[in-house]
Amino acid sequence: MSDLIKLVEAEDAEARKNYPDFKAGDTVNVHVKIREGNKERVQQFRGTVIQRKNPNTNGETFTVRKVSNGVGIERIFPILSPNLDKIELVRKGKVRRARLYYLRGKQGKAARIKERI
Amino acid sequence: MTSLFDENGRNIPCTVIEAGPCVVTQIKTKETDGYEAVQLSWGERKDKHTTKAMKGHFQKAKTSPKLKLAEFRDFQLNSEEELTLGQTLEVSSLFEEGDYVEAIGTSKGKGFQGVVRRHNFAGVGDATHGQHNRMRAPGSIGAASYPSRVFKGMKMAGRMGGDRVQVFNLRVLKIMPEENLIVVSGAIPGAKNSTVILEK
Repeated sequence: MSDLIKLVEAEDAEARKNYPDFKAGDTVNVHVKIREGNKERVQQFRGTVIQRKNPNTNGETFTVRKVSNGVGIERIFPILSPNLDKIELVRKGKVRRARLYYLRGKQGKAARIKERI
Repeated sequence: MTSLFDENGRNIPCTVIEAGPCVVTQIKTKETDGYEAVQLSWGERKDKHTTKAMKGHFQKAKTSPKLKLAEFRDFQLNSEEELTLGQTLEVSSLFEEGDYVEAIGTSKGKGFQGVVRRHNFAGVGDATHGQHNRMRAPGSIGAASYPSRVFKGMKMAGRMGGDRVQVFNLRVLKIMPEENLIVVSGAIPGAKNSTVILEK
């Protein structure tokens, strides 16, 4: 049966190819479409990717964390959401795990991530 | 299960069902059977697993032995054409995107379950106030000397699941005619690879 699911998901998998290949630790700039009444505008959300969940399925999401005015903010985006305009890869990070939950407990200098070249 | 996004950007959980090709194996009429119905079949059954009686039944429709049979009353195709015995029906001749369908299946077996899980009893709210090991107990199952028995159908612990379950108002999100696949919103009863009956 899971093969049948793959058939259905195959069409959506094409959409995924429009995005850069990013992973946990990378800094991304996510352009999100926001609808206000009839108007539509694009908002940017820039931060560190701390995880990608359920990879290569229609339910795949990624979490972006940023610190705004001293408050940590995390947003979870479904990667196939039509509300995503585009994803820019700003900086690649060198990390040793796939889920960077440890960043939540760190501030300032301690929350830095080395660049991957 | 998987998920699809609709035009508003909402993420809709959905189930993929292989619905066809179905062969018409019998057309029941008022004269011969006392009621009107259409019998459809799905899947291939091995020849050695088919009884002689069933082989004859499939021979009448000039088709190979099938795995599952189901009967439908008030059967109608999307188009006006007449049904014939042995006709093969594809998904697209029965369903359209945007239709609401019902799925009938056998729910997953849950084993022997207590009343809290099986009948949604509340259990005992407190761990203290005189309770010792009564947190999920059913409580009283009836009065004493009258009627001096327990009424039939009393909700008690026992085997749960494996029942016939019908789910209504599943929206058809997508139809893939080449693979005979149909994608409906929400969950349907039963385990993966189990059989369900879809009705419109």
